[in-house]
Amino acid sequence: MSSEENNLIEILEEGHKVDIAKYIDYVTAPQAGAIATFSGTTRDTFEGKTVMELRYEAYVPMATRYLSSICASARSNWDIHKIAVAHRLGPVLVGETSVFVAVSSVHRGDGLDACKFLIDELKASVPIWKKEVYANGEVWKENAEFLEKRLELAETRGSLVKKHVAGEHKRSCCGSKVRVQEDEDHTDIAGDNKE
Amino acid sequence: MISEINERKVLWSGSSLLAMDVTGQAAKKEVSKIVNDEVSSIEIKVLLFARARELTGVPDLKLKMPSGSTTKKCMDELVIKYPKLEEVRSCVVLALNEEYTTDSAIVKHRDELAIIPPISGG
Repeated sequence: MSSEENNLIEILEEGHKVDIAKYIDYVTAPQAGAIATFSGTTRDTFEGKTVMELRYEAYVPMATRYLSSICASARSNWDIHKIAVAHRLGPVLVGETSVFVAVSSVHRGDGLDACKFLIDELKASVPIWKKEVYANGEVWKENAEFLEKRLELAETRGSLVKKHVAGEHKRSCCGSKVRVQEDEDHTDIAGDNKE
Repeated sequence: MISEINERKVLWSGSSLLAMDVTGQAAKKEVSKIVNDEVSSIEIKVLLFARARELTGVPDLKLKMPSGSTTKKCMDELVIKYPKLEEVRSCVVLALNEEYTTDSAIVKHRDELAIIPPISGG
C-alpha cells in the first residue's frame, strides 16, 4: 500500500463546507493512539476593521500537487499514519472553517509536530489566495510565511532573481493596499488575520 | 516612333519580367518567412490569479512567443499587453507546468505559465 493511499487531500468547491467529522474519521485507525488536528477559521476583525468574509481561490492542480508533496515531507520527518487536508474555495464567513488538517499517529508527539508542519508549509507554498472583505473595502492577503520562503525558492533554483524581499519588508508587498471604496486612504496590511 | 514603341515594348517586357521576378522572389521570401515563423515561435497558456487576474480582467490567455524565450520575457510581454500588471510585477512569482520556476527558465510550446501573486492560503 503506497503512502499516498493514506493521504486525503481535498480542495472544496465554493459552497461546500468542511466536514470535520469526515476527516477525523478518515485518519482514525486502531493503531493510532493520537489524532492531531488544526482548524483555521475566519476571524471577525483585522487591525480594527470588521471582516465580513474571506474569499478563497486556488490554482487547484498545483495546490493539490504541492499538498501531496508536503504530506510526503511530513511522512519523511515524522512517524505518522494518515493525513487529511481540506481547504475551501469561495466565500467563508466569520466563524467558519476554511482549512482543516488532521493527522493520526501512534504517539502524539509525531502527530502534533506533523500537523503544525503541514499548516505552516501550506501557508508558505500552496497556491491558494484569500481576499479579506470589509464593509467598505477588500484586500488580497499575503502570508508572511510565503514572503520569507520566496527567497529560498529562488535560491534553491540558483536564480538570479532580482526581486528581493528585504527583512523589514517581508510582511507586506506592493499589492497589499487596502482598496477602500469611500476614501483614497491606503494603508499597508501585514500578515494574515488567522492566528 | 517605331523605335520609341520598340523601346516601350522592351521596357514593358523588361519591367514585366522584372515584376515577375520580383514577385517570384517576394513569394519565395513569403513562404520561407512563414516556415520560419512556424518553427521559431511557440504558444503557451498563461494563467492569472488573484490580483493579477483582476488587473487583466482574464483568468487565462494564450501567448505567442519566439522559441527559446525565458519566463521573464513572457512576463515582459504580458506587461506590454496588459500595462496594469505593472502593479504586481515585482511581487509575483511564476510557475511553469505547476512548479515554481525562475526568470531564466525557457518556455516550450504548450507550456502552462502561472502568474502567482503572494499567496494567502490557510
